[in-house]
Amino acid sequence: MFAVIQFPGSNDDRDMAFAVKSVLGAEARLVWHRQAELPAGTRAVLLPGGFSYGDYLRCGAMARFSPVMGAVRRFAEAGGPVLGTCNGFQVLCEARMLPGALLRNRGLHFVCDWVHVRVERDDTLFTTRAREGQVLRLPIKHGEGRYFAEPDELARLEANRQVLLRYCKPDGDFSEAANPNGSVAHVAGVVNVRGNVFGLMPHPEHAVDARLGGDDGLRVLGSLLDAVARGTGR
Amino acid sequence: MRQRVEPTVDRALAREHGLTDGEWARILELLGRAPTFPELGIFSVMWSEHCSYKSSKRHLLTLPTEGEAVLIGPGENAGAVSIGDGLAVVFKIESHNHPSFIEPVQGAATGVGGILRDVFTMGARPIASLDSIRFGPLEDPRQRWLLRGVVDGIGGYGNCVGVPTVGGETTFHPCYRGNILVNAFNLGVVETDRIFRARASGVGNPVIYVGSKTGRDGIHGASLLASAEFDEESEAKRPTVQVGDPFTEKCLIEACLELMRTDAIVGIQDMGAAGLTCSSFEMASCAGTGIEMDLDRVPQRAADLTPYELLLSESQERMLLVARAGQEERVREIFARWELEAVVVGRVTDDGRMRVRWHGDVVVDIPVDPVSRSAPVLDRPAREPADLRERQKLDPAALAPEEDLAEALEALLDSPNLGSRGWVWRQYDQLVQGSTVLGPGGDAALVRIRREDGTPTRKGIALAVDCNPRWCWLDPYGGALAAVAEAARNVACTGARPLALTNCLNFGNPEKPEVMWEFREAVRGLGEAARQLGTPVVSGNVSFYNETAGRSIYPTPTVAMVGLLEPWERHAVSHFPAPGLSVCLLGETREELGGSEWLALRRGLEAGVPPAVDLEAERRLHRLLAEAIGAGNVRCAHDVSDGGLAVALAECTFTGPAGLRVGAVLSLPDAVRPEALLFGESTGRVVVASQNAEELVRLAARQRVPLRHLGETGGERLVIGPPAGTPWIDRQVTGLARIWERALSRRLEEA
Repeated sequence: MFAVIQFPGSNDDRDMAFAVKSVLGAEARLVWHRQAELPAGTRAVLLPGGFSYGDYLRCGAMARFSPVMGAVRRFAEAGGPVLGTCNGFQVLCEARMLPGALLRNRGLHFVCDWVHVRVERDDTLFTTRAREGQVLRLPIKHGEGRYFAEPDELARLEANRQVLLRYCKPDGDFSEAANPNGSVAHVAGVVNVRGNVFGLMPHPEHAVDARLGGDDGLRVLGSLLDAVARGTGR
Repeated sequence: MRQRVEPTVDRALAREHGLTDGEWARILELLGRAPTFPELGIFSVMWSEHCSYKSSKRHLLTLPTEGEAVLIGPGENAGAVSIGDGLAVVFKIESHNHPSFIEPVQGAATGVGGILRDVFTMGARPIASLDSIRFGPLEDPRQRWLLRGVVDGIGGYGNCVGVPTVGGETTFHPCYRGNILVNAFNLGVVETDRIFRARASGVGNPVIYVGSKTGRDGIHGASLLASAEFDEESEAKRPTVQVGDPFTEKCLIEACLELMRTDAIVGIQDMGAAGLTCSSFEMASCAGTGIEMDLDRVPQRAADLTPYELLLSESQERMLLVARAGQEERVREIFARWELEAVVVGRVTDDGRMRVRWHGDVVVDIPVDPVSRSAPVLDRPAREPADLRERQKLDPAALAPEEDLAEALEALLDSPNLGSRGWVWRQYDQLVQGSTVLGPGGDAALVRIRREDGTPTRKGIALAVDCNPRWCWLDPYGGALAAVAEAARNVACTGARPLALTNCLNFGNPEKPEVMWEFREAVRGLGEAARQLGTPVVSGNVSFYNETAGRSIYPTPTVAMVGLLEPWERHAVSHFPAPGLSVCLLGETREELGGSEWLALRRGLEAGVPPAVDLEAERRLHRLLAEAIGAGNVRCAHDVSDGGLAVALAECTFTGPAGLRVGAVLSLPDAVRPEALLFGESTGRVVVASQNAEELVRLAARQRVPLRHLGETGGERLVIGPPAGTPWIDRQVTGLARIWERALSRRLEEA
């Protein structure tokens, strides 16, 4: 069962649960932020997009203090897979479960668009259904998605191969024009050292149907489903 | 006991509140005494133009509002239309013009918030927003500031509440320099048997206040800001603009929808214009009951609010609901989970009176019905503008021909009114809720419908919003006909059947006979088109006094059309999807350059009679499109409107997803002069790309729709010419695309 965490102000929560249930055919349950424990049988945790608690302070800054985040941290420490998209990525960074921070976009505006990202590794829980070097087309929609890490931290990330996705041109090459928010090193998604906590700004749950713009999001969500089926995190 | 410090209530104070001497006399007669200060405030709001529709009511009554599918017409928070299988769509469009001009970010944001509440108040989950926004020329730095602010406000609110903005229009004209327009539309979905209404029924039932606390913001927003013209001092009214909190709204949506799935409540109403006053009066009036209320119980976020302020505050994100007696705790529990207030502030009575207490004193005691129902209805004088005939004069023979038609096309694609609006809608979340099939940028948006539990259906809802203000200025009746026709045609271009419409009527000062005439003519046109096309008017909003320093905006009756497509997968797109398709033009091209974008941009003229509208031909066109798209014959259908055929064809070549570019080689009949052929805006025309032209010709003949085969898609160039000889236009598609894409962004980013 996939636990989709619901903060007040989450707004991709229902879409995430829908993608898991209707498209992947797996079980998903919404888990309210005040719950101090995850439901029994939780095999993966999904932190959805939105504006948790309104995000009036810093994105994700309040959500990390909610009771459920203690349970999510324990789940991750036990090896359970955790995936955060958009606001969920911001929450994971604020909670220091992932390195780095997400800052205001380079252009200062909110950006909603379909972008291309290159898969940097295909040997993680979240990318087995993709190939290394494969270009995925996924939507983004955020105002604070510019990934930032201090140079020494970034060097550690690169050395550990923790960057799983980078913004790129359709052919896989990098350019500043193809970097929609000014992220350092074109980073679109990073994983923790252990490899079981992954955060990304693009929305795989909004790319699960070719009739609605594309289905490359299944590469990410499907990989996680496979990992859960293999018994990861138990 | 606290003492109220209040001014003396007399005729002079009533005038300051915008009440006429006649209305003052009527108040004295109704009450048999002078009103208290809070009572005067209530009358001034309830009888303001904004709340009472006193200037427009008699004209609005002529609009067709009924139809097979209509469940709820005008008068409720929003209209409701059945889409079959026990589901309905609830929708409305509303203006927030004056607040947005004074404070663009918050003005636009609270416009979005207000229209969302109108929709979920009825039990519907909001699933799609549109916006129609209009500004003065972008060369003016203030207009750029206004545009940036409005887009920021719409995006900031809509993105945070998690409702996608799927389309809309953004246009520029000098007439909006001193009075921009911000019209916000929202549509929601509800189970037909779960529609809620604003009713305070059941004597003894508790009246419960939910949502944000009440502050001093927005007092007299509706009566003073929305019901008077602008002048140099309008800036001083900035404090009357409310501040929006989309996070609270998001929680309010979820809490209300959760509550509505129980049987705990009997009625619910948004506290919009005039807040607590309007909502309680409307609820009591609808049910034929009374309400008694204790103001001390109202959650307050400012100290020492007076009864007058408490009753008139327009603080956002608040609702009033009437629960079944004994269900108070259940209501409180649900709202507490979402960290929102829910406080019993009064109860329903049977004496038909609104009785309000404050610190033990009765500060308001007036009969409900006379205040809400016998609001004044005016028959304002109307007179055709003296220069109307002059405006309509145009001698086409005197218009210099274009020396280079390709250059003219490039100039049109580069204009703020025809270039890409990508800069605007990239700032809106178009995808949240995961149902956007066609987003902004095409003729109409298309969203698939899911039930509240997430179950997909095969239904899709197409949405478009349109108005050509220049046409309405040249001919308000014809312009309004055209607005309805174009919105319906846009919806039909997806393959959907137009169902019903909502409108936002933006006009100048109704006390001027010329403005009243424009209004009357526009409403006549709307009504006629809505009747002929079978798309009743189910909701709407009137915004008068859109003028500054005595200069009125062009009449702008914005029309938002809603259509149904089932199954939604069988839709067309508005770009050429592939090479090797036959390009055909449906409809007739006449020599009509009056009121065109070409004429304004290339010849500096706003003149002539706008193109004629043939509603019978439009109906046949709708039927053909539904049939041909449904059969899979037509894969691309794109409405020909602003900028004419050449602009429509160019858009088809480069507006596909992921940078898709598909050229075409086309020839046009040279029966009319090339400017009219390429840039004229004859109505009732659609460019289509077909897999099987022969079959399409047969279908078109059966529906008696004129069809002309223009050529084939393919290649990297757009070539348009006469049947024989040198082409008029021969350009690389990528070059045209680059011009079009930068039209708006370069003016905003390089300025």
